[in-house]
Amino acid sequence: MDITELERLAREIRLRDLRAVFEAGAGHIGGEMSVIDILAALYFRVLKVWPDQPKHPDRDRFVLSKGHTACALYVTLAKRGFIPEEEVSTFLQPYSRLNGHPNCNKVPGVETNTGPLGHGLPVSVGMAKAAKLSGAMYHTYVVTGDGEMQEGSNWEAIMAAAQFKLDNLTLIIDHNRFQQGAALADTNDIAPLRPKLEAFGWEVTEIDGNSMHEIVPALEHRGDRPHCIVAHTNKGHGISFMQDRVDWHHKVPNKEQYEFALAELSEAM
Amino acid sequence: MNAPVNAPKLYDCRDAFAATLERLATENQKVVAVCNDSVGSSKLGGFKSKFPERLVNVGIAEQNMVGVGAGLANGGHLPYVCGASPFLTGRSLEQIKADISYSNANVKLVGISSGMAYGELGPTHHSIEDFAWTRVLPNLPVIAPCDRIETAAAVEWAATYHGPCFLRLSRVGVPDLLAEGHKFELGKANLLREGSDVTLIANGTLTHRMLKAAEILAQRGIRARVLNFATVRPIDEDAIIAAAKETGAIVTAEEHSIFGGLGSAVAEVVVDNAPVPMKRLGVPGIYAPTGSAEFLLDEFGMAPPAIADAAQALMKRK
Repeated sequence: MDITELERLAREIRLRDLRAVFEAGAGHIGGEMSVIDILAALYFRVLKVWPDQPKHPDRDRFVLSKGHTACALYVTLAKRGFIPEEEVSTFLQPYSRLNGHPNCNKVPGVETNTGPLGHGLPVSVGMAKAAKLSGAMYHTYVVTGDGEMQEGSNWEAIMAAAQFKLDNLTLIIDHNRFQQGAALADTNDIAPLRPKLEAFGWEVTEIDGNSMHEIVPALEHRGDRPHCIVAHTNKGHGISFMQDRVDWHHKVPNKEQYEFALAELSEAM
Repeated sequence: MNAPVNAPKLYDCRDAFAATLERLATENQKVVAVCNDSVGSSKLGGFKSKFPERLVNVGIAEQNMVGVGAGLANGGHLPYVCGASPFLTGRSLEQIKADISYSNANVKLVGISSGMAYGELGPTHHSIEDFAWTRVLPNLPVIAPCDRIETAAAVEWAATYHGPCFLRLSRVGVPDLLAEGHKFELGKANLLREGSDVTLIANGTLTHRMLKAAEILAQRGIRARVLNFATVRPIDEDAIIAAAKETGAIVTAEEHSIFGGLGSAVAEVVVDNAPVPMKRLGVPGIYAPTGSAEFLLDEFGMAPPAIADAAQALMKRK
C-alpha cells in the first residue's frame, strides 16, 4: 500500500475508533489517535502476516505494549481481516472478546496479553531471541508509550536486547509527551530518549510519528543492532480540540464533541 | 500407591532437576533454560556446557526474565525459567500473572531454593510466600516435589504439559521417598502410609518429616495416614475429603507461611466439604530469625516429635 493509501486508511481507522469509543462510553482516545498512523503502516505495509493463519510460524510479531489503546488495534485488526469489522461494535460490551486491553487467547493477531505497562518489550525480546535461536526470519515490532518507558522492566529488556544483538527487533516509542495524569515533563521527564537508548547500544531513529512519509522508511529500516524509533506524535492527533491535552487520555467526547471530531476527520479524507 | 522407601542418603533435588533438563534438551532442541545470573545456583553449569546457545542468561533482571520466557514460548521454544524462588515469584509476580498465566504461555517457572533454604540469609531471601502468590493464578499448576525421584518426574511431565506451571524446588537435602520410575500425575496426591486415626499432609522438604512423625505416632499406638501433596494447585480434593471423612483430623506442614499455602488450600476443601479439626504447621506469619533451614523448621514446630505431638493434641478435638 502506498503512502497516500496508508494515510487514507489511517483516517478511516481514526473515524472507526472515535465512533467505537463514543458508543462504548470509554476508551483511551488520545493515545489511540497518536499511535494509529504507526499501526496502519505496520499492518498494511510492513508486517508479514496472514489473517487466515494468525499463528503462522513465519509471521512477523507485533506487540502493542501500550495495551490501553486496544481499541485502535481492534479496528486495525478488523480492517486487516483478523476479526469481523462489525465486531468492533462489541468493544467493552459484556462477554465481548474485545475488552479494554488485548487478549492473545481470544483475539486472533494478538501475540501476548498486555495492559499493565512495561510488559511488551521484555516479551518482544524473548520473541526476537527465539528467532535467533531457531533461525526463523520473522521480525518483532513493539510499541510502547513514552510514559510507559518509566517502567524499569523496559530498561532491563533494553539491556538484554543489546546484549543478545537483536537486529531483528524494532521498538517504537509513541512519544506524545503526555501520560495519564500529566505531561511527561512534569512527571518523570525521561526525554530525550535518543541518547539513553544509544548509550545502551541501540540504533535510534527520530521521526514525526504522524507522518506516513517518515514512519514507513523507519519501520522498514534494517541495521545490525536493535532499532528504536522515537516517534514524535500528538496525543489526540487529527482532532483539533484533543491535541496535546492531557485530559483526553481517557475522556469520552460528548455528542457535540463527537460530531465536531467526526467532521474534522471526515473533511481530511 | 507408592510404598515409601526410606534411605539415609540425602539428595539435593536441584541435581535431579538439572540432569532431567539436560536429558530433555538432548531429546528436544526446543528446550531452553532462562536464568538470572543463576547458572550456579540453578545447577545449569552442565546445561551451559552442552547447549551454550540455549542458555539464555538475562542478568539480574527477573521481570525481564519472565517476559523473555513468554516471548521464547511464543517463538515455539520450551523455556524453563529458573531463579531463586523469592525473586522469581515476588519480583516478577505481575509478569507471571499477565505474561504467563493470563496469556497461558507454555513456560515452566522453576523456583530454586524455596522455603527456608536460604535460612541464614534472612527473611528477604526466604521464599515462604510463593505458594500463596502463585496458587491464586488461573492456568498455573503449582508443584513442590518431595524428593529427587518426584523432582525428575515433575520436570519431565512439565515438558509434555502444554501450558505454564510453577515448580518449587529446595536445595536442602531430602531422602528418597518414592519408588524409582514414579510418574508424576498432576493434582494427584500420593498415599505414603495408610492410617485411620489422623492424616498428615505435606510436600517438598516436609514430606519425609511427616513420615518420621507417623513412625513416632505408631510407637504411641496411633495410626497416621501420610499423604504427599506435590500439587498444591489443582489440589486433590478427593484425597482431602476422604482423609477428613476416614480419619477425622488433618495436620498439614509446609516450608511456607501458614497463610495462603498448602495448609490453606487443604483447609478450603475441608470447610467446603467435610469440616474436621485441622492443624496447619508452617511459618506463623512472622519474619524468621537467623538459622539454617533445618533449624528454622524445628523452631517452627516441624521437628518430627513436635509434629507427632501436634497430631495427638489435634485428635482430642475430634
